[in-house]
Amino acid sequence: MRNQPIGEQNATDRFFPMDYNDPFAEMRQLQGAMNRLFDGGRTPERSGTYPSVNFWAGQDSIAMSAELPGLTEQDIELTVKDTMISIRGTYPERETGDDMIWHRRERPTGSFLRSIELPFRIEPDHIDARFEDGVLTVEMQRPEEDKPKHIQIKSS
Amino acid sequence: MAQELAARGEGDVARTNGETEPTAFTFTPAVDIFEQGDTTIILADMPGVAFDGVDVTLERQVLTLRGKVKPRAPEGYRRLSSEYREGDYFRVFTLSDEIDQSKINAKFKNGVLRLELPRAAEAKPKKISVKAA
Repeated sequence: MRNQPIGEQNATDRFFPMDYNDPFAEMRQLQGAMNRLFDGGRTPERSGTYPSVNFWAGQDSIAMSAELPGLTEQDIELTVKDTMISIRGTYPERETGDDMIWHRRERPTGSFLRSIELPFRIEPDHIDARFEDGVLTVEMQRPEEDKPKHIQIKSS
Repeated sequence: MAQELAARGEGDVARTNGETEPTAFTFTPAVDIFEQGDTTIILADMPGVAFDGVDVTLERQVLTLRGKVKPRAPEGYRRLSSEYREGDYFRVFTLSDEIDQSKINAKFKNGVLRLELPRAAEAKPKKISVKAA
């Protein structure tokens, strides 16, 4: 539950704006809380929501980061199509041995795929992805023709 | 074997009291613990921590794992949305066996700490022969 620290904003609030007259608001809130409870945050079993990502906005670019400890550059596959970016990966298998006695297994295993829709089209040639200390950082530039244009206003 | 010192179920976030002020969060790293032969192996996930930010101490049988996060915010960018938080890592275990301090092996790669803790010779079970009286 590393991804759900106390004090973090209720994620459901963003997607279901609360209306005090809405009799289902409380129900949805509870549902959201339950989802987070069972999500576990660090287990990739619930596909589509793993890994958790953070976004940053730059001048004409957007940056995304995700925590993927234990993976290597080779284990992560990034694909971009139009406005969609997908992260796919597989965690290495747990070590095995005949005389092995397990005490705790909390670290994530298995594979994941997450696709995220971005607010603009990304040029595949203008992507800079790095993986350092278990954190993936992807910087994506907005294509030239997509950038907002400065318009000169003339006085009549 | 390793027993965790802090009671479970307290929540995953432990707020530190002033010691690590700049980063507001301290997380409990996810761990895998297993024994192989005479060695206890602990793997702890500390994404975002650089190699020199890891601190492992073993005092008597109390093992303390600490990781100081290196902020990853790209330069010149402002935060848009956050699904996860960055923070330091802290977790304490009490080991049930005496560890041979001189043979501890610690590695840190891709945000994962790997600790190999070999059992001390005196902690290994000794066979006691019983003589007939």
